[in-house]
Amino acid sequence: MALINYASREINSKIVFYGPGLGGKTTNIKYVYAKLNPSIKGRLISLATELDRTLFFDFLPVDLGTIKGFNTRFHLYTVPGQVFYNASRKLILKGVDGIVFVADSQIERFDENLESFDNLQENLKAHNLSLGKVPMVLQYNKRDLPNITSVEELQNILNPRNEYRYFEAVAPQGIGVFETLKEICKQVLKALA
Amino acid sequence: MQEGINIFEQDFWSINDAINRLLQGTHAKIVLLIDREGQMITSTGDTSRIDTSSFATLSAADFAATSQLASLIGEREFSTLFHQGEKENLYVSLVANRIILAVIFDNRTTLGLVRVKTRTTVAELEKTFRMLFSKVQQGAVARKEIDADFGRIAEKEIDRLFGG
Ligand SMILES: Nc1nc2c(ncn2[C@@H]2O[C@H](COP(=O)(O)OP(=O)(O)OP(=O)(O)O)[C@@H](O)[C@H]2O)c(=O)[nH]1
Ligand SMILES: [Mg+2]
Repeated sequence: MALINYASREINSKIVFYGPGLGGKTTNIKYVYAKLNPSIKGRLISLATELDRTLFFDFLPVDLGTIKGFNTRFHLYTVPGQVFYNASRKLILKGVDGIVFVADSQIERFDENLESFDNLQENLKAHNLSLGKVPMVLQYNKRDLPNITSVEELQNILNPRNEYRYFEAVAPQGIGVFETLKEICKQVLKALA
Repeated sequence: MQEGINIFEQDFWSINDAINRLLQGTHAKIVLLIDREGQMITSTGDTSRIDTSSFATLSAADFAATSQLASLIGEREFSTLFHQGEKENLYVSLVANRIILAVIFDNRTTLGLVRVKTRTTVAELEKTFRMLFSKVQQGAVARKEIDADFGRIAEKEIDRLFGG
């Protein structure tokens, strides 16, 4: 959960990008890093394999500046989506304040989305959390590709009660990236107040 | 559910005081306190040389990975870690199970001294943090300052910085 330091007047919140391997989590965070004003972003740390797959996490601190006297900062993390890195995923979720679930819209990746969504719920449980308790936003990524599941169908399966805001995205082009980020940041700060 | 850590004035000064004394007593270069989730709490010494935010995240990751290794071999936890470099060394201890105390030192001091002094500081900090955690559990935390007004201003800033 968020760290609030009343003495040094800092609020740090943790946002985790979750979802199946190759879904575009790292691409999201790299796009954010590339576009943000240098004065508000920290260093981007990627613990990745030789082939650029996330091994442990990507990390990017983003400084919102001072709000009502509190220096307000978001820590963005991605998890490794590959199934066998579950121990790492579980660790990254510790203390999460908000989740972006990046789904891969490609038809052949449909099951991986479901699996990852299940896995998210299971890992939250390990930290005594659940989807109802942590703000979450969905991102339907890779909308530029030809063979994709319709948004209706993705909604039916991941968001049947329309509990979560969702955004369509093409992460490498930045489409939907900041929209998603803005929404989760707002929800996280709302949950603090 | 584990609550967030809320640190108030009084506790913050006694925490800073403790790590300052450790820095001076050991002639270490930098002492940092980080929560296990990777967020910096406070630091002392010549921190201008390092990116503290990155340092905090990576130490938390290091500790998290190591404690999983511990459980794999049937240990509950490794409560300290030591990384030895050519010039700089890093000694890391766990405080009250939730906080990481990292000491960066070079050959102006010794591992032995760092270890002994750190043990005292850890005991001191444990007292402070346990009190702090129990305050949070009792719900004695006043969050009035972070109110709807805060939310409104924050929302505007988010729109401005991330492109409204
Ligand atoms: N065409 C297209 N390709 C994308 C899109 N988003 C990501 N990619 C590509 O998909 C590949 C994987 O993206 P990553 O961001 O590394 O995926 P990840 O979710 O971080 O994967 P893991 O680290 O293994 O969990 C890269 O080659 C990206 O360029 C998209 O919207 N459209
Ligand atoms: Mg990745």
